[in-house]
Amino acid sequence: MRFGLSPEQTLFRDSVGRYLRDHSALDRVRRFADRDEKRATDLVAGLVELGVPALLVPEAHGGIGLTALDACVVAEALGYRVAPVAFAANAAMAPTALLLAGSEAQKRDWLPSIADGGMIVGAALSELCGARLGAGVAASGGRLRGKALFVLDFEADAYLVADMDGGLHLARADAPGLSRARLETVDRTRPIGELGFDNVAAEPLPGASMDVCRQVLDIGRTMLAADTLGAAQCMIDRAVVYAGQREQFGRVIGSFQAVKHMCAEMAAHLEPTRASVWYAGHAIAEGSDEAHLVACHLKALLGEVGRFVAKTATEVHGGMGFTDLVGLHYWYKRIGFNRQMLGSPERLRIEAARAQGLAA
Amino acid sequence: MDLNDGPEYAAFREEIRAFLVSREADAPAVRGPNDGKARAWQRLLIERGYAARTIPRQYGGGGREPDILKSRILAEEFARAQVSPGLGGQGISMLVPTLLDVGTEAQRMQFIPPTLSGEMVWCQGYSEPGAGSDLASLRTSAVLDGDHWVINGQKIWTSTAHVADWMFCLVRTEPDAPKHRGISFLLFRMDTPGIEVRPLIDMTMRRNFNEVFFTDVRVPKDQIVGKRGEGWKVANVILKNERDSLGDPNQTLTRLNMLIDIMKSETIDGRRLIDDPLWLDRLMRIQGRVMAMRHNDLRVLSSKLNEGQDSSLARMIVKLQGTELRHELEALAIDAMGEVGLAYGANPYVRDNGGWQYWHMYYLGLIIGGGTSQIQKNIVAERGLGMPREPRAGEA
Ligand SMILES: Cc1cc2nc3c(=O)[nH]c(=O)nc-3n(C[C@H](O)[C@H](O)[C@H](O)COP(=O)(O)OP(=O)(O)OC[C@H]3O[C@@H](n4cnc5c(N)ncnc54)[C@H](O)[C@@H]3O)c2cc1C
Repeated sequence: MRFGLSPEQTLFRDSVGRYLRDHSALDRVRRFADRDEKRATDLVAGLVELGVPALLVPEAHGGIGLTALDACVVAEALGYRVAPVAFAANAAMAPTALLLAGSEAQKRDWLPSIADGGMIVGAALSELCGARLGAGVAASGGRLRGKALFVLDFEADAYLVADMDGGLHLARADAPGLSRARLETVDRTRPIGELGFDNVAAEPLPGASMDVCRQVLDIGRTMLAADTLGAAQCMIDRAVVYAGQREQFGRVIGSFQAVKHMCAEMAAHLEPTRASVWYAGHAIAEGSDEAHLVACHLKALLGEVGRFVAKTATEVHGGMGFTDLVGLHYWYKRIGFNRQMLGSPERLRIEAARAQGLAA
Repeated sequence: MDLNDGPEYAAFREEIRAFLVSREADAPAVRGPNDGKARAWQRLLIERGYAARTIPRQYGGGGREPDILKSRILAEEFARAQVSPGLGGQGISMLVPTLLDVGTEAQRMQFIPPTLSGEMVWCQGYSEPGAGSDLASLRTSAVLDGDHWVINGQKIWTSTAHVADWMFCLVRTEPDAPKHRGISFLLFRMDTPGIEVRPLIDMTMRRNFNEVFFTDVRVPKDQIVGKRGEGWKVANVILKNERDSLGDPNQTLTRLNMLIDIMKSETIDGRRLIDDPLWLDRLMRIQGRVMAMRHNDLRVLSSKLNEGQDSSLARMIVKLQGTELRHELEALAIDAMGEVGLAYGANPYVRDNGGWQYWHMYYLGLIIGGGTSQIQKNIVAERGLGMPREPRAGEA
């Protein structure tokens, strides 16, 4: 038995982490957020070079054929640096949907361009996690009608779209009849938006079903959870460093027990979720029956723990934590984003109960 | 990541399951009394290598090679079947590993076999009225007089002292040395003249622990483990073992499954508890945390099997998170059952024999005992996160 990352996974994590440290520092994130950049093309290119969008794409289709666990490791690294790049939809949900439900021709057409960064694919599945008034997509005769809200990785060239019956479709961003509107949120590191479909031609994935949608959501949720793990870890690390430097009453604040205990509580709550992220990644990779339950619980738990860490780490920084100067709020908001998207903790706990037959 | 145990372990698991089915009638109650049935069961388990598994045969153990996975499978299967995994207590869990580590050969031969068989029951005399979290400030003294140590002072919170045959005890033997270096680790019989045990009833209304008073208690000089003044080091070997065993997520999982059962069977206003979205949400919150603690446990286990895997922080948080989680789990059962959740003792509506109330309270005890949650947080902050150490008296 070996429960943990392989040496290759650790190396991969470290190389993505190093790249992001050098290229996605806070000033780069800020530039993206302040100027409403659509895509951070420099970062996208750098991550393509490292193989990030190619992760889950099989070698036969120009990818590197790794697993959901490897994707978790990358998501964690992206969260740690609040990197303003597409990932959960583009590199995890879209390839997963294509591999589970796409025809051979669709895999040939789409996967290589996801892998080489030639195309970014967003995901419009939010209606499966709670449809709002008016939203929802209906498919008939290869045409889509309706509206999809809160589309992930919105600045994309194409979209993976779920209809209300468990069908999945790929629609190009420039397809006639497709209208797009960006939706501003508190998290400015990851654009989301709304899609309108007025008789839009789209490619249905022939193998799609509610079960496939669920699996696509499982991996998307697991990626958002791993992103929170990374972001929360960064906030703890920064709080500990700050507490070791800032002095009040003639001593570093990190020597005050109240401050130490805030840090210890953050670490104690976050640390077990690391093992759970690995477990979820592994369960998805193995196609285990547990994957759905674990993904629901994991994202719910990291939603709660993430919120606690985001608040507490900010408090450790005092007034400075509340300012734009230290930029901690980018992490705070990223964690908040991950909590709400693709199902909030309350909703996911009901799904977890359903998965065990404990709720109707 | 590889979660498979391999065929040897699958076979081992099968062997245990078959054993548990075939010998079910011989098993005593879980956490029941140390009586004839319990000791016979203990003998059988040791013989088969299911209890005291890796302790050498000459000391009355199972004499098997250390194999963390097999130990794990044993713990899991006994918990799953809710069958007694043999005798427990501080002698077996704390003293035996200490003697194996630092005892003399004569001490091992004298104490380990009867301890394992259940004939020699121990209590742990560490805490004092003035020395709890700051254990190293303990003041019970032992002075050498000829061939004997002469002990005077008082211990408190001593679990099982009223049924124990022997005590392992921390005493101050070098009053002039710095506080951590003036302590020695002694062993003595509880019927030695000058020892008085007074019961303390705890909040569960049971007598789980005691006060123990020493007046000129004479203990043979060689009943010391480790050297004079090295008792703190000796004690730390076992404090670590103790913390590792508090907050075990596998036991918590057993309780979680019982909680789910009760929420499926109990009704209020004709509705099952589990069908109420508020209780269901609380249940799922707890389940998600139990799940994460089990994954954390796998990670810790794996780091013991594989070199180069660091899990020190993952391990450090288990006592803190595990005991708090278990306390909350028990509280949910009480809350969800409403007035029935209050039942304790002679009440026809009592559930689980009062277990939900009992464990809810007992786990508050375990949040305090074995190093309080606050002390655990100090440890996580200082050793886990490298934050400044607490100022210690006498070090300023
Ligand atoms: C169920 C149970 C069984 C026990 N069994 C045994 C036994 O068999 N043998 C034995 O020797 N002992 C036993 N104990 C004693 C146990 O180890 C002590 O109760 C424990 O270490 C705390 O010490 P104390 O009770 O003196 O509390 P104190 O140390 O007085 O603590 C009181 C409060 O102050 C806080 N505090 C103290 N120091 C600090 C600090 N540095 N930083 C922050 N907060 C601090 C504590 O967290 C706590 O909240 C048992 C206790 C319980 C509850």
